[in-house]
Amino acid sequence: MENNTHIDWKKYVIVFLFTVGLFLSASYVSNYFGNKKIDQLKLIQDKISIDILSSETQFSLLSELSCKNISDSIISGELGELGRKLEWGQENIGMTDTVSYLKKYYSLLEIKDYLLTKKISARCNTKSAFILYFYTTAENCSECEKQGLALSALRDKYPELRVYSFDYSIDLSAVKAMLQIYKIEDTKLPALVIDEDVLTGFHSIDELEIRVKESFKLQETKPEEAVPQKTQL
Amino acid sequence: MVSFSGVVFYVLTFLSVYVQVFFLITFLENRKKIIIRNEPVKLAKYPKVTIIVPCWDEEKTIYKTVRSLLNLNYPKDKIEIFLIDDGSTDGTWNIIRKFAKPARPNGRSGGYPNIRIFHKENGGKYTALNLGLKYVQTNFLGCLDADSVADPESLVRVISYFEKDPNIMAVAPSIIAFKSKNIIQNAQKAEYDMSVYIKKMLGFLGAIHVTPGPLTIFRRKVFDDLGPYRHAHNTEDMEIAYRMQKNHYRIEQCNDAYVYTNTPLTIRKLYRQRLRWIYGFINNTIDYRKILFRKNYGNFSLFTIPSSIISIFAVGFLFGKMIYSLGSFLFSKIIQFQAIGLHLPNKVDYLDPFFINTQTLFFIVVILYFLIMFSIILGRKMTEGKWGFSFDMIYFLLIFSAIGPFWLLKAVYNTVLSRKPGWR
Repeated sequence: MENNTHIDWKKYVIVFLFTVGLFLSASYVSNYFGNKKIDQLKLIQDKISIDILSSETQFSLLSELSCKNISDSIISGELGELGRKLEWGQENIGMTDTVSYLKKYYSLLEIKDYLLTKKISARCNTKSAFILYFYTTAENCSECEKQGLALSALRDKYPELRVYSFDYSIDLSAVKAMLQIYKIEDTKLPALVIDEDVLTGFHSIDELEIRVKESFKLQETKPEEAVPQKTQL
Repeated sequence: MVSFSGVVFYVLTFLSVYVQVFFLITFLENRKKIIIRNEPVKLAKYPKVTIIVPCWDEEKTIYKTVRSLLNLNYPKDKIEIFLIDDGSTDGTWNIIRKFAKPARPNGRSGGYPNIRIFHKENGGKYTALNLGLKYVQTNFLGCLDADSVADPESLVRVISYFEKDPNIMAVAPSIIAFKSKNIIQNAQKAEYDMSVYIKKMLGFLGAIHVTPGPLTIFRRKVFDDLGPYRHAHNTEDMEIAYRMQKNHYRIEQCNDAYVYTNTPLTIRKLYRQRLRWIYGFINNTIDYRKILFRKNYGNFSLFTIPSSIISIFAVGFLFGKMIYSLGSFLFSKIIQFQAIGLHLPNKVDYLDPFFINTQTLFFIVVILYFLIMFSIILGRKMTEGKWGFSFDMIYFLLIFSAIGPFWLLKAVYNTVLSRKPGWR
């Protein structure tokens, strides 16, 4: 038992080191799981990349003869899952170099998927339903948040609809080219491209629904038929 | 980039973990010294002890309290019991009077010759104690709150500490929550168990900051040298401990001396009690601020008080953060409602383990909770002698983290506005 004026400085230091040790261990474990998640994201991306490449190859091989088969096979459903996981990763793992690299890769895959879809619809003379969506994470954009939710809900309703979302602030030349083509400005975000028309600011789900129905003649899924869909936001 | 609130959160979490690790290492250093004596303790000499029981409207519990003192395993002629009615408005005085009635019709010594009773105008617990102090003639004295019951072996075990070391000036017992009737009391039981562990560790560090009302025994020299009890923001048992620490008087904790106390049965009463305690802590600390962070005052000044201050900040900050998160959650729901109405998004794959939080702070908070649970388990081991988990721990964590911030913030608020909380 210690005298009440006695101070064991060594103990204060040991406890400090021990606590630092606990923090370092926690950070190590956290990094370990963070890396696991990033590996998982990379795996999904590789899969999508192979899917798209395969679809492109198939498309080139078969030409016009098998339009039907092709359009069935190209739908790369994992794009939605990847998008959501990336968004979560950005918030929870932080915008590390790897996450930002993965995000760029994701945007590229989206563009490739978009181009392929466009090519197929031109060649097979079908009309694919897709919306290009531009948002920003560089500043607080509550309209973007709202628009994202509305688009997710729309996707739930119309599973055939494809939504490609792009972060305006991403440093990727391919995305910048898209921004140039559609003349998207950062002051007018969120921005949507539906059937070549550019819409800026928030648009409600009802408004979009009317446009989507008109442009693409989509069928709403009835609740009992609805299968869980993966959104791309 | 980590935000300012992120940095504050990290610092407070670091300090909170530091405090728990400090206790754990103290435990590992001293674990062999923690003993539970199951055999009756024999003293070389049984010194005379006076026990003062201040009562204010305690008709429901006073009888049991006095009976427990009469049943102490200690020579009857060595115990003086002072029952002091501090202007009760209920039947307390009538019950007390019965103990003073002569037991025999021939008028010879009463049934309980070692009991003296006093009645005074209501003036607060410290005035009742000070009235008792005036009449104390023994070298040892203590107080037993009238809502508590002493275990028969408690006093002799406490006194054995004084016998062992003449430098010990006060010994506090282990206070255990008496028979829990509901979840609120179960939660407090776990908390009292944890306090036993913490008090014992603070005892090893020479840094105890409260000498609780239920049966802390002092050498009379403490009051002869340092003066009587003070009002001390209704926490006189804390102030006397601060005063003793300031004057380098040693306080010990006797883990196997048990006193059972009635804990508040309702949230409201618990809130009132804790508000008084925390208010007392804040204001006594302000009164004694000059001995803070001074190495002359040992671990009391460098560890006990700072760690309590850290816990106030940590709880306050966490509460703020919780309110903020709740606010932003509601805000996002409003935005969601504006965007899509009542449509429920398909979120089937949110069960994916990918979405489990694996941030560093998450693991740290888990470690912190484990350390707290472990300290409750150790406290339970030190009182009940058994290892193990109990649901009381969960109740404690849930109830105290939900309501704790309110009494804490109110105590800070009252301090800022100089509003004094009542006793009950």
